[in-house]
Order: sequence, then structure tokens, then C-alpha cells
Amino acid sequence: MNSTRREFIHKLSLACGSIMFIPACSGYNSVWRFFNEEEAKTIVAFAEQIIPKDQDPGATDANVINFIDKQLVGPYTRFQEEYRKGIPAIKMSSQRILRKAFSDLEWDEQTHFMEQMESGYLPEEYWEEVDQKSFFRMVMEHSMQGFYGSPRHGGNKNYISFKMMKLDYPHVIGQNRYESKCTNTKKQES
Amino acid sequence: MSKKHVNAIVVGAGAGGGIVAKELAVAGLSVVLFERGDWVNYDQHDDDELISQRTTVLGNAFGPDDERHRRVVVYNDGKPRIVLPSEGGYGNNAACVGSGTVSYGAMAWRFMEKDFKMKSAYGNIEGSTMEDWPIDYFDLEPFYEKAEWEIGVAGDHYANPFMAPRKKSYPMPAFAYNREAKMLDKAARNLGLHPFSIPMLRNSVRYNGRPACYRMRSCVGFACPVNAKCGTHNTVIPTAIKSGNCELRTNCQVAEIILDNKGKANGVKYFDENDQGQIQTADIVVVAAAAVETARLLLNSKNKLFPNGAGNNNDWVGRNLQGHAYTGALGLFKDEIFDDVGPGACWAISDYNHDNEGIIGGGALCNSFTTMPYLFTKTRPPGAKRWGLEHKEFQRNKFKRIVKIHGPFQEIPNFDSRVTIDPNVKDHWGIPTVRLSGERHSYDRIGCQFLSDRAEEILKEAGAYHTWQNVGGRGLSGGQHQAGTARMGNDPKTSVTNKFGQVHDIDNLLVADGSLCVTNGGFNPALTIMALGYYVGDYIVKNWNGSKFR
Repeated sequence: MNSTRREFIHKLSLACGSIMFIPACSGYNSVWRFFNEEEAKTIVAFAEQIIPKDQDPGATDANVINFIDKQLVGPYTRFQEEYRKGIPAIKMSSQRILRKAFSDLEWDEQTHFMEQMESGYLPEEYWEEVDQKSFFRMVMEHSMQGFYGSPRHGGNKNYISFKMMKLDYPHVIGQNRYESKCTNTKKQES
Repeated sequence: MSKKHVNAIVVGAGAGGGIVAKELAVAGLSVVLFERGDWVNYDQHDDDELISQRTTVLGNAFGPDDERHRRVVVYNDGKPRIVLPSEGGYGNNAACVGSGTVSYGAMAWRFMEKDFKMKSAYGNIEGSTMEDWPIDYFDLEPFYEKAEWEIGVAGDHYANPFMAPRKKSYPMPAFAYNREAKMLDKAARNLGLHPFSIPMLRNSVRYNGRPACYRMRSCVGFACPVNAKCGTHNTVIPTAIKSGNCELRTNCQVAEIILDNKGKANGVKYFDENDQGQIQTADIVVVAAAAVETARLLLNSKNKLFPNGAGNNNDWVGRNLQGHAYTGALGLFKDEIFDDVGPGACWAISDYNHDNEGIIGGGALCNSFTTMPYLFTKTRPPGAKRWGLEHKEFQRNKFKRIVKIHGPFQEIPNFDSRVTIDPNVKDHWGIPTVRLSGERHSYDRIGCQFLSDRAEEILKEAGAYHTWQNVGGRGLSGGQHQAGTARMGNDPKTSVTNKFGQVHDIDNLLVADGSLCVTNGGFNPALTIMALGYYVGDYIVKNWNGSKFR
């Protein structure tokens, strides 16, 4: 069962490696551009661990999954293969160690699992095609970009990370002075 | 297809090339200025950190693009890897009209007298190609002044006691300190240092028909929304075009300099915006494509007389690739220091550029430009957890309580830090790409450690409750401050151009960018590249009516 699925995913990644035919990549039932529903669930859980909700919103609230999904059919097309290999590796490792899908684990179990992955301690047999430490690092960076980058790329919904960091958005003082400078300019030139 | 013959071709519309084009055009020469990128403005990228010059993870708002450009990088494992412009190892500067001067932090440093005489000052260094420049500070001084007044610099010319002698003040008053700078200023004075407001290529008052800066946080890495930052794109390049003598050709990739069998440059082969191969002939060719691409263009231009590339018969083109090893320290404070007065960096000391006991050279130290939220996720003390609640807590509570002091250590040049042509990889147009290899000189790490120690002392004096160092100086050189690959010199055996930027043995081929720099100073190099642009331009104009070039 597992190996069939792996083969399927492998073929799929070959199919969308060069030519982007979006529905074929994400599956007919998926709302995502690149991910299928199950893959999306895994990445949502991963990203939420990276930036968890507390008194301020977390990765899920910021729509980090939308950011990553969008980039994977854009500038990050080159990382598709790693995601297609890394997500099943998370799945297998989690099934093997904890008998559950990663996204179904308890919060603390997920945290521990990710700490293991970050240090490269998950069973090597599932990580032959992609390095677990570098996969961890990549998804972590992409999650951070989705949480803190400009909302124009699909994450950081309503600039919630800026609010968390108490950074004005838009940068009101500057904009106001911009207005007054423009007015002065016109006066001087007219 | 051949275009109408012109007097001069300038390759690259950046800090050096924009200025040369203007100098020649206003003197009456017909000029074609080539730029592989296009005009960019703030509205195209907004304050989008992920495509800014500081972190280009989703692409370069200022070019070049990932689709058509690539380089090969050899790290110390010896394996060549293909890297895209948006990836770190590429060492990207920019590819647009104005190049780095559109998105830079705009520090306007003059090099010091000793920066031109490094070998005389520090002697022979094992494993280094360090040499004195064939010109000194006073040869460039009038051109520094011209850059300061034509491009526009705000600063206090009395404030830095270590600054080399100058004839004229800056055209605009210095920028006021932000809260962080005020704090550091006091601490530095307590330590007997001499802090000052950084001279900036940015309008502190209305100047040159453009408004004053309103101090945004997203300044370095971005174009200016009000056009208060001064680059070649909003000063000399428009002047050149207005003169009627300069045609700017954007989106044109120059592939090769055409050399004849008399050892002259006849023009260039290039690809226009529709990827069509074209030929432009000229009396002289000036290359100002920045240290990496200038070396590539010279190396890709071969004929019988120059089988290894233009000016490369002694194997010096592409050698001595330098940049700046950035190094410093960070400190955490109990109170909020950040007051959101951009661009952050406004305070500096030049006490440690030279005359440090037991240290070769040195560098300026400055407070850092505002770090935007994504890059701030990488700003952590050693050992801190990078994700989870601990990460979030740091983002939330420390962003306004952290201060970073750092600076560019003057790199010790070496022969093997270099640009070559990759034997296999080609870009979109089929032009062989650059291969970057070699490492910084091992001394850089020592110098960086010295500067980081000094930065940490100041942070402690300012009251930081926790400090740590960020010591640079390893790995490949190059990057935004790239320099040295076509260095000037009196001896053709150990240099690429003469002291006027003329390539040895090819009188009508000149270089006018950071490639000329024999050593790279302990400062951001933009103003020096601009001064070199004026200097080379002046030489061409003065000698134009003789027979030197034709």
C-alpha cells in the first residue's frame, strides 16, 4: 500500500516537475494549487508548530499554508520534488513511531517529533531520498516567510505578524509626511 | 545587424557606468548605455520584504531574474553548484537602471588615505595579493567631491576626525540620530571614541529637485517611494539622456566585446529585449558591469591576440575578487530602543579603520539598518530555539529591544578568490556563465574578531544586559560590495588596467566600476565607485581630442 502510494507520488512529481498542470498536481478534490488535502494537513500542522497560536495568531490563522502552496507553483516550483518526498517521509516516520498521522498527533507529541526531525533522529530508512534536517529547515523557513512576509504572497493575513510585533502598518507617520512633502513640492514648483 | 556607430559604449547603468555615460554625453560624445535590466520603482515592489534586496527568496525586485540568469559556485567541498540569482551564493548586486544605487542603504563613504596604500602601510602579507593603488586619495578627492554634489550627500564634514582631508563640505546637512543612535553615541563617547552621523546619499533636505527623506523603515533593500534616495537612476542618467547624446538601451544583455587584430575594441555583441543578436560599434568601450560581470565580459571576449579574454594575457582578470566580511555584535536591552525612525543606520565610528595595534586594516562600525520581520527570525542569540513559542516570544518582545552594531572589515585580497568562466553552464542567451571560487584570506577572520569585540564593548557600555557576536570573514567573497577583478596598476604583469582604467594593451577599452579597486576599503564602496566613474570619465573626455582612442 505504502510503496504503491510512494510510486504514485513519485510519478506525480515527475509529471509536474517541468510543466505545471495544476489540477493534476493537487488532485481533483483538493482546494490547493499544489498540495493534496492530506499533504496540506501535514504542512498546516508543521507550520503551526513553527509559529503556534498563543495570545497572538499562529501560522494557521495567518494562512501560511496558502503562502507555501502558492509559491510551490511559482518561484518555489524547484522545491516541489522535496515536498513530494518529504511529506510522505514525515507520514511514514510518524506512523512507524507513533502509529498515527503527524497531523493527528497530540501537540506535545508533534513538538517532540519535530525536535527529532530537526536533529536528524527520525528513522533513516524513510529519509533516504530527502535529508530530514534540510527538509525541516526548508519548511521552517517557508513557514516564517509566509507568516512575516508581505500578504501579497498569500500569507500574513491582514498583516497579523506586524500587529504582533507592534509595527504600524501602513507606516502612518511616513505616509502623512509623504502627503505634506508632495503638497509642498507642488507649491514650490508652481 | 549593425546599428549606427557611436563614440562610446558603456556597459552597465549602475554607480560607475551611469556616471561615465553622463560625463561623456554632456561633453558631446555620442553614447549608448547598455543595461540588462529595466527601470524599477517603488510601486512595483512596495515594501515587500521577500523580493527586496535584503532577502530575495521570492525573486529580485531589482533583477536579475531567476529564469534567464545563473552562476556556478564552488564551495570549499570543491563541488560546483548552479545557483540562481535569488539564492544566497549567487552574490547578487542588482540589474536595473541605477543598479545597486536604487535599493542601497546609501552610505556615502570616502576611503581613507591609507586605504589606497595598504601595502605600504602594512607590508607583505603571506598569501595575499595586497598592493598599493597606482593612484592615491588626492587623485580621487576632486571626484569624490563631484559625486557628493552631483549625486547628493547629507553629512557633517567636521564630525569624523578620521576622515581624509577634503576641500568642500557636503551639500546637505547631516541626518538626525534616531533613539538607538543617541544611546550609542553616548556610550561611544564614554569609551573615548568619535561617533558621528553617517554621510548618506540621501536627501536630508530638498535637493536636486527631489524631496527630503521621511525616514521609512523599509529603505535599504527597496527603492524610495518619494525619490529621496540619490542614485544614478535619478541624477546622472536622466541628465545624460536629456543631453540628447546618450541612448539608454534597457533589457539588453551584452555578450562580448568585439576585438580586432590590431588590439582595439570595435564594439559589442549583445542581445536586445527580443533576444535578437545585435552589434553596436563604437570608438571606445567602457565596461562597468560590477566586478563579477565585468570580469565575465572581459573573459568571454577573445581573439587571436587575447586567447584567454580581453586584457587577460597575464591571467589577472577575475582575480582578487573582494567584498566585505561583515562582522559585529548584538545586544539586548531592557527598554524599547526601536523608535521606527528609518532607515535605522545613522550612527558610525571610524576609530577602528586603521592604526589598530596588531591588526591589518580594520573597518567602520555602524548601527544596523532596520531588520524587517522575516529576516529578524534569523536574529537570535547562540543556542536560542528558532521555532515554537520561544521564537514567537522573541519576535514579539525583543524586536524593539535589540541593537546591532556591525561593519565591513577591509578584506585582504588573494589570488584564488576569483571569477572564471564555467566550461559547461550557459545562460538563457547561450553566453557562458560565471564560476565563483576561492575563499577569503584566512586573516579576515582575525580582523573580524577584532571588530566584533569592539562592537560588543560599545553595546555593553550602552547598557545591554546580554550581548553576543556575529563574526564574519569566512567563505566566498564578492556579493553587493564586489570589487577587485580588473584591478588597476602600473605593472601589466600584476594588474588588468593602467591607472586610468584603460585595459593594458587595449587603449580604447576601459573599466569604470569596483573591479578597478586594488583594495576595497573598510567602508561601503558606492561613493568610491562613483568617484572612479567621474575619474575615468574625466580622463576619456580630456584625451578625446588627441589620438589616444581612435
